[in-house]
Amino acid sequence: MSRLEIRNLSVRFGADQPPVVDEVSLTLTAGRMLALVGESGSGKSVTALSILRLLPPQASVRAEAMTLDDEDILHLPENALRGLRGGRVGMVFQEPLSALNPLHTVEKQINESLAIHQGLSRHAARQRTLELLHQVHLPEPDTMLARYPHQLSGGQRQRVMIALALANNPSVLIADEPTTALDVTVQAGILDLLKQLQTELGLAVLLITHDLGVVARYAEDIAVMHRGRIVETGATEQVLAAPQDEYTRHLLAAEPGGEPPVPDPERPVHLQTRDLQVRFIQQRHGLFARKQYFHAVDGVDLTLRRGETLGVVGESGSGKSTLALAVLRLLESQGEIRLEDTRLDTLRGNRQLRPWRARMQVVFQDPWSTLNPRMTVGQIIEEGLKVHQRHLPQAEREQAVATMLTEVGLPADCRHRYPHEFSGGQRQRIAIARALILRPALLILDEPTSALDRSVQHQVLELLRDLQARHALSYVFISHDLKLVRAISHELIVMRHGKALESGPTEAIFRAPQHDYTRSLIDAAFSTERKYQVAF
Amino acid sequence: MRFSNPVFQRQWNTFRSNRRGYWSLWLFSILFALCLGAELIANDKPLVLSYQNELYFPVFTVYPETTFGGLFETEANYRDPFVKELIEQDGWIVWPVIPFSYDTINYDLSVPSPAPPSADNWLGTDDQGRDVLARILYGFRISVLFGLILALASSVIGIAVGAVQGYYGGWTDLAGQRFIEIWSSMPILYLIIILSSFVVPNFWWLLLIMLLFSWMTLVDLVRAEFLRCRNLDYVRAARALGVSAPVIMFRHMLPNAMVATLTFLPFILNGAIVTLTTLDFIGFGLPPGSPSLGELLGQGKANLHAPWLGISAFVSLALILSLLIFIGEAVRDAFDPRKYLQ
Repeated sequence: MSRLEIRNLSVRFGADQPPVVDEVSLTLTAGRMLALVGESGSGKSVTALSILRLLPPQASVRAEAMTLDDEDILHLPENALRGLRGGRVGMVFQEPLSALNPLHTVEKQINESLAIHQGLSRHAARQRTLELLHQVHLPEPDTMLARYPHQLSGGQRQRVMIALALANNPSVLIADEPTTALDVTVQAGILDLLKQLQTELGLAVLLITHDLGVVARYAEDIAVMHRGRIVETGATEQVLAAPQDEYTRHLLAAEPGGEPPVPDPERPVHLQTRDLQVRFIQQRHGLFARKQYFHAVDGVDLTLRRGETLGVVGESGSGKSTLALAVLRLLESQGEIRLEDTRLDTLRGNRQLRPWRARMQVVFQDPWSTLNPRMTVGQIIEEGLKVHQRHLPQAEREQAVATMLTEVGLPADCRHRYPHEFSGGQRQRIAIARALILRPALLILDEPTSALDRSVQHQVLELLRDLQARHALSYVFISHDLKLVRAISHELIVMRHGKALESGPTEAIFRAPQHDYTRSLIDAAFSTERKYQVAF
Repeated sequence: MRFSNPVFQRQWNTFRSNRRGYWSLWLFSILFALCLGAELIANDKPLVLSYQNELYFPVFTVYPETTFGGLFETEANYRDPFVKELIEQDGWIVWPVIPFSYDTINYDLSVPSPAPPSADNWLGTDDQGRDVLARILYGFRISVLFGLILALASSVIGIAVGAVQGYYGGWTDLAGQRFIEIWSSMPILYLIIILSSFVVPNFWWLLLIMLLFSWMTLVDLVRAEFLRCRNLDYVRAARALGVSAPVIMFRHMLPNAMVATLTFLPFILNGAIVTLTTLDFIGFGLPPGSPSLGELLGQGKANLHAPWLGISAFVSLALILSLLIFIGEAVRDAFDPRKYLQ
């Protein structure tokens, strides 16, 4: 039985702009999950937001028909729409921390919605809230009621969001990338919960995602979106097993795979740390109280040989990025750091470190904050040259920048443009160019692709492999994505709570993980593939 | 290069879309430009005169009276009917729009000073027979220049201190903050009054004394901004490249702090103008005889029977302050990231 029906929906921002959503038709059926898949900017979220008319006022929404339980919702006035939002249509957003009001307790967040839509009394609302928290499997619902969002973990917050969406017995649930901001082991729990609620309550679920693994495992139906149009739709199994459209095939092929380049067998040790520690002083209670330390990195030993890639995996908060900053000597640390034959940890101050800075460089995660928005691409890339090769004439510097841009696969004439004109993938290429212009031998990559779409990720990965093979670069590759790490690294370190749980050759660890935690990480990342082996 | 910057473009467009602020900026610029050339508008010397077929520019050059066949070797007093007659016998005189300078005493008044507005003195004269309009024009210039220099100087110091505190953090930051807390709790007005009894307060002395206490406005803002920017990826990347600390602060972090600074600048300017007016009003400001809005307000208070004094001073002061506030509001809107980053 179809719950929500959308026929030929088009959305434009401004009359002279091309449509962001172009003639999209979707049907949500009770008790089934439809996955809307596509890359960022393909119009998935706009489609979802237009159902509840949550778009900014300059957006113009047009459709032939939009019905909820055979009732027209396209021409509803604003106050009737408000009854729909959070009432018959529940919505779960990507980032639960910004979707919850930080000043309200869990109880108040949910009660508010109950009071508005059902006019429940305080007591009745409290009962219903408890029931909901039970339903989303939050531990100790009684104590949860009084907590504030910042006191919950990411997964718990998302469960509260789901409880909130379910509060008024919706018939349709829209989940917009509900697990993107969460750790892998938590993701599976949330998706399992959504699936369970879908079958128990007979919900029609619209799941927006870019992760085909998730789709294969959870969704009955799939609709693939590309540049505002639905290019392919059908039952998940059929579409994934035998994709008809070129773009769907392209998406499927973009899942990370392949092998890292074979390194030189006679390779010397390039980077080594021994008992590396980074600690932060925690708030002291009283002037004379003893200092309490929080160990973000707690005694990590790592060895990286020239031309190899060392993968560092772990969930958020495990100390991966802190480790990177410590190795780069951007954070104070204890313990030995040895680059080639020199101990970096004994060098003090910018002046002593500067010669070594040219030999190790870094690429950060967020393509939006990694480039100074007020500088042109050329200025950004040549900055390193200005520091280390001060006497290089202007013309040669320009030449070097142009060469570097071609090397990372960008046209050389884009150096006069500003970062905001580039996409996420292009920005990461620029960041790589900035890091490589000094010809470093060691590159530290801190989640360089996690903010990118799969197919763009694939290209960046190819670029990194290609650069490694050509220049015998050594990489420290930090990521939470095990598929990605497997595709690029020779050695692997699994981190948790600042400690290295397990380390060794990548394939050995994947084949026979020694630690339970490693096993659960691998399970969470690869379980989806086993179900639909045909697809990949 | 800077002006083709897309961020700046968007901010400029937002600024222009605030009509009130945009027109205020124009009006203020015009007024400021006019009063910068106050000597050409209000002066007791002719702009240009012709004597025996030769051109003279008394505003720019000093001519002794003997040049025009007079008796004294001192500079010609062109308002003297005798000198006027000498020149006009064999030439002509072009006067500025207002033929009085700020310190010209009009001896031809038909009523005792302060004289009410008339065809000669458009806004009347003060109690010493000096033209009010001329004094406002010169007073406006001194006020705005004082405000601008003070605002710029205190911004430069404030930004530098805030930047160092925010970038290095830790003990540097702690020491700086405690010092500012102590320094800012000093009673500024009394200190200025005491200090002005040690030195004869001229323009520069006043500026220096005020600067001692006004540089702290921006420190907190810039410091907070730098503390935030310290952890931005592009700042980290620059540190990883080995870029030196001053360059990182100047090139990568300062532009972010400039937003806060530029937003505050009109308000700091306002504060400086008001403080100068206050000091002049209570008699601890610029030396006696200098044109100043505060002194005019004081005269208005002392001569309630001559309302043109108080009203002129009030209207001109209110005009500058309102214009600056309107500009400030528009600048604040323009730099508001919620307006230009969608």
